[in-house]
Amino acid sequence: MSAPLLEVDGLHVTFSTPRGPVHAVDGVSFSVGAGEVLGIVGESGSGKSVTLRAIPRLLHANAAVSGQVRWRGADLHAMPAEQLRKIRGGQIAVVFQEPMSALNPVLPIGLQIDEVLTAHTTLDTPARRKRATELLGLVGIASAATRLGQFPHEFSGGMRQRAMIAISLAAAPALLLADEPTTALDVTIQDQILKLLLRLVAELDMALVLVTHDLGVIAETCDRVAVMYAGRLCETGSVHDVFLRPRHAYTSALLRSMPGEGAARSMLVPIPGQPPRVDRQIPGCAFAPRCTFVEDRCATERPRLTPQGEGHAAACHAAARVAEAAS
Amino acid sequence: MTAMLSITGITKRFPARRGLLDMIRGRPQLAVHAVEQVSLDVHKGETLGIVGESGCGKSTLARCVVRLHDPDAGAITFDGTDVLSLKGPARRSFNRRVQMVFQDPYGSLNPRMTVGDTLAEALHVHAIVPKPAIPARVRELLDLVHLPADAALRHPHEFSGGQRQRIGIARALAVEPQLIIADEPVSALDVSVQAAIVNLFMELQDRLGLTLVFITHDLRLVRHMTHRVAVMYLGRIVEIGPTAELFATPRHPYTQALIRAVPMVKPGRRGSEAAVIGELPSPLNPPPGCAFHPRCRIADVACRETIPPLHPAPWPVACLKANG
Repeated sequence: MSAPLLEVDGLHVTFSTPRGPVHAVDGVSFSVGAGEVLGIVGESGSGKSVTLRAIPRLLHANAAVSGQVRWRGADLHAMPAEQLRKIRGGQIAVVFQEPMSALNPVLPIGLQIDEVLTAHTTLDTPARRKRATELLGLVGIASAATRLGQFPHEFSGGMRQRAMIAISLAAAPALLLADEPTTALDVTIQDQILKLLLRLVAELDMALVLVTHDLGVIAETCDRVAVMYAGRLCETGSVHDVFLRPRHAYTSALLRSMPGEGAARSMLVPIPGQPPRVDRQIPGCAFAPRCTFVEDRCATERPRLTPQGEGHAAACHAAARVAEAAS
Repeated sequence: MTAMLSITGITKRFPARRGLLDMIRGRPQLAVHAVEQVSLDVHKGETLGIVGESGCGKSTLARCVVRLHDPDAGAITFDGTDVLSLKGPARRSFNRRVQMVFQDPYGSLNPRMTVGDTLAEALHVHAIVPKPAIPARVRELLDLVHLPADAALRHPHEFSGGQRQRIGIARALAVEPQLIIADEPVSALDVSVQAAIVNLFMELQDRLGLTLVFITHDLRLVRHMTHRVAVMYLGRIVEIGPTAELFATPRHPYTQALIRAVPMVKPGRRGSEAAVIGELPSPLNPPPGCAFHPRCRIADVACRETIPPLHPAPWPVACLKANG
């Protein structure tokens, strides 16, 4: 396998708030290669979106970021803003959950695509116009020429998300970062958008990082998955390994809490309790208070990410017992 | 089996805003066709799921049943009495027997009242128990939804999303209803918390013999917890039948597409083709004939002209091609 495009190494994000520091991301590492789809999954407050936004340095000024984010070997967090600007929107593009707040409501879609093309390509006006039409066609928007002149409010929810994707693809990025791109959409439209993203990854040999709370979306869309809990990485590996052979107690509990193939109206298996607050440091494992596999050292000793097989790692003291229970 | 709740031909349209220019030009008043000619029965003790995507009319239908909206046409009977003509005490008594649980428990709880006061108010207004017995009943209700007794003294903002939904359920249960209509009750919750609320619904149903109408866009939940399911598309029921059979052999092309579009928590089902093409049409201007025909793979000329009636056997489906 070729060297990964993006390597995130020991990422920490701490927000300073009037009520004290909030440790939103606490030591997260992963990498993505060309043509690969990585899913980041977690429940609300797990730090998955902050992780994604930290990659191209899109966080507010009150965020203190440490760790390394290497893009083709260069540290995005150490490079001058001028250099970063060429990469952001050019080589790395972002698709957000809410197209209506990410799109400019007073500019026609065509102009918003044109802005990206002007900034990141050397095309002249007619060529940019042609490219914009092509891009709308690529993301499945019919009668592209008319659509270019329309404003975001004239688009339906699914069409807006397609337009967002067209804008993000304008400069032919090598990496697409998608933050819950289908959460606000209906299931048949979600299905269309996910299939579109997969087609683009295959055709353009892009890398895709997909953040979602939906385990189903991960299972059907991603090659590899990173499971997050309370700002920490619990488990990472191929979707196949993590879903069928979970090695972290949280991953295992999350999978069991889903209504699945089990008998109709059988009781589901919820995870008791609440996720911990991240406004104080957690000494041991963040999941320990809700965990059924908990042992003494979980409260005091933070588990490290340990290999569980080829490309599969979990940060769980009870990995062996979780494995046994799953089989 | 006799129906506890019977809905016949319910139609509800909402007038759309019309600009001054449209009025001057004499353009006709448009209306959102929220619910069109919907008929269904809910049997005692069952869980009926109503599924569909946004704008399919599932929430409007629920609100018509509890008379938060008055339907434009059709009839609703509950235990043999005509619901739409109820007035005064009779209407209040109906409201007591049919309760609703909403998606956003924070929006539907009074933020200035303690949980105990909220529950006590429901008990007092409907005179469920004599005044001295209210505190004891409040404790019982909290226990029923697995909240600690000291929850009664706290305010809604002190609880997590899952706990707030428990409070919403406790309030609905306070007046001892026979039918609960839950409109997306777990959609705002994380999956691990969702499971606990779903369990609570099933447990309460078994313990109290409740009848439940569960409205959701989540097919995975419907498949797990309902006995029967009604699939709605653009204001109409396209298919209604026993859950297990309907999921195993869906008959309407829309139901088939919907089931295929839901991502399952099972790696390796990755296809490249979307389950259904096209957008949801606007309920302001629904397509003629079968509303699904512009997105349907097997639609022909007839589908563009005829609104398909519900074919009864083996379970009702509104598709001209389903029996052919």
